[in-house]
Amino acid sequence: MSAASNPVITETRGVRVLLIALACLFLGVVLVLPLAVVVGEALAKGLGAWWAAIDEPNALAALRLTLTAAAIAVPANLVFGVCAAWAVAKFEFKGKQLLITLIDLPFAVSPVIAGLIYVLLFGAHGWFGPALAAHDLKVIFAVPGIVLATVFVTFPFVARELIPVMQAQGSDEEEVAATLGASGWQTFWRVTLPNIKWALLYGVILCNARAMGEFGAVSVVSGHIRGLTNTLPLHVEILYNEYNFVAAFATASLLMLLALITLVLKSLVEARAAAAARAAHKAREHNS
Amino acid sequence: MSSQAQGGALPPLSRDWFRGRAWRDHFRRDSALPGFGLTLGVSLFYLSLVVLVPLSATFLKSFAFGWETFWQAATAPRVLASYRVSFGCALLAALVNLGFGLLVAWVLVRYRFPGRRVLDALVDLPFALPTAVAGIALTALYAPKGWLGSHAAALGWKIAFTPVGIVIALVFIGLPFVVRTVQPVLETLEPALEEAAATLGASRLTTFRRVLLPALLPALLTGFAMAFARGLGEYGSVIFIAGNMPMVSEVAPLLIITKLEQYDYTGATAIAVTLLVVSFVMLLAINLLQAWTRRAGERR
Repeated sequence: MSAASNPVITETRGVRVLLIALACLFLGVVLVLPLAVVVGEALAKGLGAWWAAIDEPNALAALRLTLTAAAIAVPANLVFGVCAAWAVAKFEFKGKQLLITLIDLPFAVSPVIAGLIYVLLFGAHGWFGPALAAHDLKVIFAVPGIVLATVFVTFPFVARELIPVMQAQGSDEEEVAATLGASGWQTFWRVTLPNIKWALLYGVILCNARAMGEFGAVSVVSGHIRGLTNTLPLHVEILYNEYNFVAAFATASLLMLLALITLVLKSLVEARAAAAARAAHKAREHNS
Repeated sequence: MSSQAQGGALPPLSRDWFRGRAWRDHFRRDSALPGFGLTLGVSLFYLSLVVLVPLSATFLKSFAFGWETFWQAATAPRVLASYRVSFGCALLAALVNLGFGLLVAWVLVRYRFPGRRVLDALVDLPFALPTAVAGIALTALYAPKGWLGSHAAALGWKIAFTPVGIVIALVFIGLPFVVRTVQPVLETLEPALEEAAATLGASRLTTFRRVLLPALLPALLTGFAMAFARGLGEYGSVIFIAGNMPMVSEVAPLLIITKLEQYDYTGATAIAVTLLVVSFVMLLAINLLQAWTRRAGERR
């Protein structure tokens, strides 16, 4: 019997209603009101003003740069995530726990510091600054710096979703495939990938949301050159600091839409993953 | 593949360790699967390139200053004030989330009501919403002319552009950490424990305090530590609402950026290294707490 339906171990109706109301009030104020404000402020001067703020060269350039950064950072971290998860989940080796902790490191570091470390390496006064300048290459205050900072802050997402899933699944199926003569790639594509596809997708969705929304790290390395090194979140900041609130919130509403789509996709993937897990469980019970 | 590794014991180091594949057998046990060298190699290379080398370079840079210079930069009055603001606000926000996060997790797991699934999905909003968007939205909400700020102003309270605003932003940012660590533990809790307590005559409140809370404690502390650690380094959602007055409402990450803009690389690096050391300690603490949570889960 689930706890919710067992009369001995649940609260009286009054307490239940009170707790639900309190939680809803809290979530309403903390989560829903900010969303409502974004919509309200973005449409404060009507749909025309909203569209004018988005269909504008600097906003479009910022959108392009945001998409570019994500298009590089997400696949790079996807490949790394799969490699790291394969090594960690399929093999026993010394220092494994240390590796898992190190993979999580970027989550523990302030985004501002994530930007700073690249400034100290590649900036004009950085370790490689003079060498880069001699070859007329720019990393900081240019697109490569933005990509690097984005890669850093989104580094762990795919790996940390995949590692526990692949560890839980073990290597039995892969070992059977290998015994039957499948090559490493065949084993991965035909056996492993179908088993981890939902976790993989989940990691990619979260990774992408963070890549497109990152602010602090990108802010440090960007230089805020309009039309060149501004991402959408930085564009929001500039508009806001110029008291151009309608345009700032209009751009913000785009990013909010991205966040809401992310949440919907995430819920769908979670539901599919749960269904797949239930089906696999049933199949195992059926077989035994 | 060598048979001596099969038993689980790793072979000892020998002179021809690096020759052939002895080094591999030293580090891992045998497996029928291919790809160990490739995947671990790619992982370590990429990890070093993106994370380890840049972070180490930052530490090296701060060593190059010499201790005296580093200490002066890391403990200047304005810097100390920014630590106080960052630590204090992150701590307060994590405490608020400890309470309300538990409430939200409890309501989402234990009760069925219309809109529950939507609220459940919405809890992840702070993970998905870009921090700058959260920052300007919260500022618009709590500014003296905002939807909530105007009511507060009528009572004589100022929320935005004070440390209170920072706490509010960090409550928003930290909420999912507590909810998402407590939720799975609450879901797997055996009803038998609570039934036993009820049968023995414990009131609901006593059962919660003496039976449920101890079982949830590791997860609660993990979520608390995660929310606190995230709050310490938070920048995007804070700077709009904080007012950013030096000594009063200036957070440490913002001070790093201010120093960078003044080309004060020593100052920026000193603050960064201090925060990094705290972050590493927090990461270690979180890892220990998570291990404790897992052990507590296995005992049940």
